[in-house]
Amino acid sequence: MSRPSHTVHRSSPASRAAAIFGLIVLAILATAPLWAGRADMRLMSELFLYLALASLWNLLAGYAGLVSVGQQAYVGFGGYVLFALTIFLDIHPILAIGLAAILGAAISVPVALLIFRLRGAYFAIGTWVIAEVFRLGFAQVQALGGGSGTSLPVQVVRSIASGRTMREWTTYWMALGLVVAVLAIVYLFLRSRRGLALTAIRDNELAAGSLGIDIWRSQFIVYVVTGALAACTGALIFLQKLRITPDAAFSVNDWTAFVIFIVVIGGIGTIEGPIIGTLIYFALRETLADLGTTYLIILGVVAIIVMLKAPNGLWGLVRARWGVELFPLSYRVAAPKK
Amino acid sequence: MDWMNAIIQGILLGGLYAMIAAGLSLIFGVMRLVNIAHGDLIILAAYLALTASMLLGLHPLLVLLLVVPMMALFGYVLQRGILNGTLTGDILPPLLVTFGLSVIIQNALLEAYSADPQKLDSGVLDTASMTMGGISIGILPLLMFAVAVAVIAGLQFIFYRTALGRAFRAVSDNQDIAQLMGLNRRHVFGLAMALSLAVVAVAGIFLGMRTSFDPSVGGGRLIFGFEAVIIGGLGNLWGTLVGGVILGVAQSIGGQINPGWQVLAGHVVFLLILAIKPRGLFPRMTD
Amino acid sequence: MADLMIKALDAHYGDFQALYGIDLSIAAGEVVAIIGSNGAGKSTLMRSLSGLMRNAPEQIVFKGESIGGLRADEVSKRGIALVPEGRQLFPSLSVEENLLIGTQVGREGAWTLARIYELFPILHERRNQASTSLSGGQQQMVAIGRALMSNPDLLLIDELSLGLAPVIIKSIYEALPDIISNGMSAVIVEQDITKALSVSSRFYCLQEGRVSLDGKPGERSREEISRAYFGV
Repeated sequence: MSRPSHTVHRSSPASRAAAIFGLIVLAILATAPLWAGRADMRLMSELFLYLALASLWNLLAGYAGLVSVGQQAYVGFGGYVLFALTIFLDIHPILAIGLAAILGAAISVPVALLIFRLRGAYFAIGTWVIAEVFRLGFAQVQALGGGSGTSLPVQVVRSIASGRTMREWTTYWMALGLVVAVLAIVYLFLRSRRGLALTAIRDNELAAGSLGIDIWRSQFIVYVVTGALAACTGALIFLQKLRITPDAAFSVNDWTAFVIFIVVIGGIGTIEGPIIGTLIYFALRETLADLGTTYLIILGVVAIIVMLKAPNGLWGLVRARWGVELFPLSYRVAAPKK
Repeated sequence: MDWMNAIIQGILLGGLYAMIAAGLSLIFGVMRLVNIAHGDLIILAAYLALTASMLLGLHPLLVLLLVVPMMALFGYVLQRGILNGTLTGDILPPLLVTFGLSVIIQNALLEAYSADPQKLDSGVLDTASMTMGGISIGILPLLMFAVAVAVIAGLQFIFYRTALGRAFRAVSDNQDIAQLMGLNRRHVFGLAMALSLAVVAVAGIFLGMRTSFDPSVGGGRLIFGFEAVIIGGLGNLWGTLVGGVILGVAQSIGGQINPGWQVLAGHVVFLLILAIKPRGLFPRMTD
Repeated sequence: MADLMIKALDAHYGDFQALYGIDLSIAAGEVVAIIGSNGAGKSTLMRSLSGLMRNAPEQIVFKGESIGGLRADEVSKRGIALVPEGRQLFPSLSVEENLLIGTQVGREGAWTLARIYELFPILHERRNQASTSLSGGQQQMVAIGRALMSNPDLLLIDELSLGLAPVIIKSIYEALPDIISNGMSAVIVEQDITKALSVSSRFYCLQEGRVSLDGKPGERSREEISRAYFGV
């Protein structure tokens, strides 16, 4: 006779429903060229790319405890790699986007070795210094226009697709593909053994250390992976913009401040948070952008209030209230069925 | 001779960076808070001085008497009203809240003063200089350096020779036990931020007299101050002066070689020192 | 009238309850010992009394004022000083600075730097040294001196002899009558029952967060006390 035993699950009815809902949304988004206008598609691609950056920053700061204010280093780097490879080496832009990820990973290794010497908040400013070094460095490259930047030559643009419509569809699909890939990578990474170790580090660095979890190595891997994917995202961003300057490529406001607001408002340390945050950010931006600087002040105030009053963000409030988890990461113990 | 001149200019510029760094180092030492808005607060002080000296028709140096207490008061209120709530032991809240503050200050300044570069009119001081051994040294940079040395000596005195400094160090060592000794840490933190922003005000006014500024340049000043702190070694006030001077000389020499390399050369020297001596040249603090 | 009244004091660390309905009173000028084994709740009681742990205001009444809800700095200003377990000196402060920090409370009285140095001459010799360079016994002297510098009416000493050499413990106990004078009351927390009872007029024994026994040292037999202490 066997005793009924407790069972351990990760998924729940909510997460299974969310998975099905997610697939439907993905199918609808994939067919956007059939139903969406040109401007809507541009906006949606931008939203996807911001969501990718937000998810990456969330993995870095919310899970690995590496609070960076210098991810614009990799966004800008990816953008410049795309321009350099296509202009100088005649590499196809889509291939160049992939190469941007590889080169982003390659450059993040020595950077990590250097700035991992700084802890906590000083690490944050250290990442900013790196981004500034990249900005000032690329501004010295006269072949890429120096400080005033350069545009993507027409033949490079044409090589994606000859017609403008097809080109826009391609970049849209690439942005959608990238965000799906980033979300999948973040999700699978967090479900892996190393991902669980990361959560342990976040919850208690001392205890995690004494359990033999190699904190340095886990943080290093996350830093390199997010660097690579941020570079890839940057390449796509500037493929859409068709023009790059050092100030735009390495803008702390565009690629870090907004991203941090998205994650903080949505809920740091959850996969759902950046998704909610991105939707809220774009809703705010589309309604308040006419206010100009006032809009940015409002965004800053909202972020501070959220950080002080609801440090787990909007998704944290939802989760505390209803206990739902759309991306099942934690284990749940279910009592045996009678 | 150009090189000698560049080095001297760099040393004097280092005084400004040391003042920025000292304010940053002070609050990190007392409450382990890194204020991302530090640079923007410097620019805010410069704009306050600009407004005050235009309205009152006073020299920027006289306006110091007004802006320093204003910024100190602002620092105390900011600390007690907002920042104390972020000091939960987690590094994220203070970082993100001061980051938000930085964006707010930048855009509020943009709204109030536009993006046009401004400069504080220091009158004859702007061009006055003396010649020593064939090298012309500006009176203003010299004064700035002397003030920086005085500010750091003053902070050093407060920190190690007064009851206030004793309270700063006690709270930094152990907040609970300090609280038992009648020290309300929220008030002590408020005083530390007030002192930090008083130094920020001095730095802001000298920055505004020496170069033109606009609302976007705060982040860069934060980075210079931070680099000076790390080069000098955490927790060492005189170290920040050395760090500031090294950074200033590096920038000045870089700029002498190629104007585009000025800031880059400073960053490169910082990264080199980080690679060789990650705890800075004269570390004092253990974390 | 009792100087200090504790009424039905509970204390929690999250879900864990450390104290259950403690009732306790101390008259002016009285020395009371709190004894009990590890984990009995002695240190939690000290943390509550000194304001490091907040409680309902009326659970702790000092000189007629409800102070259970005050912060530690506010409690210290009303004349309660704690010598914390493990001394807890400020490592960045010199010996003299550690003593001077006690004056931050802002209470005038008989205790001055000169009188502390008279009581513990060795501290005068070492006054400019880092507090971390002192021996355990000397550190305990600084911790006691630091508390006295606030001229308290009630002195709380948590684990007076823990971790100290017997000869040091002996000399500190010999100094206690000089320390607790001029109408000051004191609460001494100790694991060494004999030592604690030798200097106190009454005692309370804690066990698993409750008062298991109280009385005057002479009134209770060794068996009664050890049963209350160990719970067997």
